[in-house]
Amino acid sequence: MIEVRALKKNFGPHRVLDGVSLRIEQGESVVIIGRSGCGKSILLKHLIGLIQPEEGEVLVDGENISRMNERELLRVRRKFGMLFQGAALFDSMTVEENVGFLLHREGNHTAAEIAQRVTDALDMVELAGTQSKKPSELSGGMRKRVGLARAIVYRPEIVLYDEPTTGLDPVVSDSIDKLIVRVCERLKVTSVVVTHDMRTVRAVAHRVLMLHQGRIYTEGTPEEIFGAADPLVRRFVEGISDPKELAI
Amino acid sequence: MNNFAQWVGNWLRGLGSISMLAFEVVRALGTLRSAGREFLNQLYFIGVKSQSVVLITGAFTGMVLEAQTYFQFVKVKMESATLAVVGVSMCGELGPVLTALMVAGRVGAAMAAQIGTMKVTEQIDALRTLATHPVDYLVVPRVVATLVAMPLLTAEAIAVGIGAAFLVGTFLLQVEPSFSWWNLVRRTDVTDVIMGLTKAGIFGGAIALISCQKGLHCGEGAEGVGRATTEAVVYASITILVSNFFLTLLLTKLLAML
Repeated sequence: MIEVRALKKNFGPHRVLDGVSLRIEQGESVVIIGRSGCGKSILLKHLIGLIQPEEGEVLVDGENISRMNERELLRVRRKFGMLFQGAALFDSMTVEENVGFLLHREGNHTAAEIAQRVTDALDMVELAGTQSKKPSELSGGMRKRVGLARAIVYRPEIVLYDEPTTGLDPVVSDSIDKLIVRVCERLKVTSVVVTHDMRTVRAVAHRVLMLHQGRIYTEGTPEEIFGAADPLVRRFVEGISDPKELAI
Repeated sequence: MNNFAQWVGNWLRGLGSISMLAFEVVRALGTLRSAGREFLNQLYFIGVKSQSVVLITGAFTGMVLEAQTYFQFVKVKMESATLAVVGVSMCGELGPVLTALMVAGRVGAAMAAQIGTMKVTEQIDALRTLATHPVDYLVVPRVVATLVAMPLLTAEAIAVGIGAAFLVGTFLLQVEPSFSWWNLVRRTDVTDVIMGLTKAGIFGGAIALISCQKGLHCGEGAEGVGRATTEAVVYASITILVSNFFLTLLLTKLLAML
């Protein structure tokens, strides 16, 4: 379970998060939406301790991670897997080395066990047989899938997705959405997805949170968000720009 | 005045950051075993791949020093002492300093660029999410590999430099080889060699720490990586040249006590 209490974060003079509070239950699939630059990815990185807040707390299974140093955080991060926006694969390694990275580092698995678990993870993301390829030989969608395999191979409890479908064509985006649902159902993990792609929201969300001006503006089921009467939410869902912005 | 205060502030911040990184590296030395493969890769990259640069630098420095010293010494009929001058200079100063400058240019730039690129492409954040401390995986293997490789490369540069100087003196300048060798052995002390190799180790640690720190703190995009790479080479080179003076004074005093 993840709980965020009154989180505040500044970048220079600009306050990006201004008192965000939320709670994510075990096994839930939560999608955080909001305009580009509203702080969604920053919020996601707070959940895993990649960024420390100015004020407020992030509790993971009751432990306050916002006051932990980098070495204490390593233990907590073992519960998480994360898929980055650009996949962030290690470009000097093969797919197999990328996916098996943490298992190799832990040093308590045999080479055969690691190879089997890497194969299983790649099977789950439908990339069997790509073990010896380098990230530079893969397409954008394949990289994201390898990134997902790397995030789930060690069986984390929570998987974080940072803009999983950004930059992908609609067909590949749909396959990534289906993979997120498959991972959530088969591995019984908690999923937290940051996106502005409403197709992803419809496909994967149990609950949707909308971030606006540094706070959670609204939350609800996908049906409630898609049917909302609030003009700000409606404009976002339908992808309609504010006429005032055009005037600028 | 404001610019000067800002420059001093930035310099102190950088020094503090490198000192904290050094402290973190010392604390994390026990993790080297889990990054054994990365350590061997770095040792190969720093030690084996620097061979051509170090051999050429060592050989031609020894040769030109032999020739220049000979041209002066021959005027006072002391040409048989030229190799001794080359030996002392190569062991204590030129060997470690020139090898370190070459390694800073080749290896320091590569370290800063590689780690900087990993930072801007979120690969360092990915390491952290995979329960891996970037210092354990990226910095410790590089620092230890440089500490091991630098004294070896320096010893090689010194030996090649003296050997090349001996050949130039014997076959080109017609200096009597047995007198040259006898003077070299008589004038070059083991403390000169110890001083050179100690300096090499210190320079190696400085190159790796500065380069890794610049990579880990590089700015966004290609411009950030480019700046980090340039700063790594410039700061490492300045550190080598400035610290060499103080190390010479300090090590001479310390070695005199032995």
